[in-house]
Amino acid sequence: MRALASLLCGYIFGLGLFVSGMIKPSKVLGFLDILAIPSGNWDPSLAIVMAAALAVAGAGYALIRPRTPLLVTQFQWPTQTTIDTPLVAGAVLFGIGWGLVGLCPGPAIENLATVSPSLVIFVVAMAVGMVAHNTWQARGTAVDLVQAHRADG
Amino acid sequence: MANFTPLSAAIGGGLIGLSAVLLMLFNGRIAGITGIAAGLLDPAGGDRGWRLTFILGLIAAPISVMLLGYTVPGPDMPASLATVAVAGLLVGFGTRLGTGCTSGHGICGLSRLSTRSIVATLIFMAAAMVVVALTRHGIGG
Repeated sequence: MRALASLLCGYIFGLGLFVSGMIKPSKVLGFLDILAIPSGNWDPSLAIVMAAALAVAGAGYALIRPRTPLLVTQFQWPTQTTIDTPLVAGAVLFGIGWGLVGLCPGPAIENLATVSPSLVIFVVAMAVGMVAHNTWQARGTAVDLVQAHRADG
Repeated sequence: MANFTPLSAAIGGGLIGLSAVLLMLFNGRIAGITGIAAGLLDPAGGDRGWRLTFILGLIAAPISVMLLGYTVPGPDMPASLATVAVAGLLVGFGTRLGTGCTSGHGICGLSRLSTRSIVATLIFMAAAMVVVALTRHGIGG
């Protein structure tokens, strides 16, 4: 049942990326291109996507938080609260990669459906980057290792 | 703002938010693509079933709309293959180091008003905007 619920959630997520146009790297880059604001070519759509998603998720999370989940015993809300160097450095590296081609992990994986060669290269490189991070963390201290297995998302 | 599509953006965004709420309601999990995908790649990671089906659902969405006769645009990336590969590495490594991406921090984290996620989102947005400014309007642009 958990796998089925997750399949449905992944499907709805994918529909959302498709309907909003965020499956297209050019649409994402159109938002990130803030220097296009003076010429009138800036595309604020991504801000609307985020606002709508935040409104629904914010309200939904608030509604379900006092309850218990339907298919597992407890919610796994992220617990980390400190702003540390890995968070900041990771966000910078991710932002650079995102800005270079306009792909973040969700649309990248969803675009595998189009079997585009450059897309496959991106996803393979992304997987290598993730595995490289895990390998690098595993060589660190035990404390680092604990942090490596925590995730906000 | 010739390319601005507020209605489809709002509907699509609403669906993404709904997905995040349902995954928490059913499975008690954050709908962060980085965390979900990385768990599949970790040899020590268990709990693979729901992660795999989420990814399959994500890929099934555009396939299903294609079957209904809609056109799914290919990923339009004008960048060279080398740039695409470097970008992929940075996105993979960076999202793991920063424990999240646009979905985990940008949507799920901001909805929880997580300070970490607010900081991460502002930083990766700003970094991406700087890169686009440089590649589209910078030297030679």
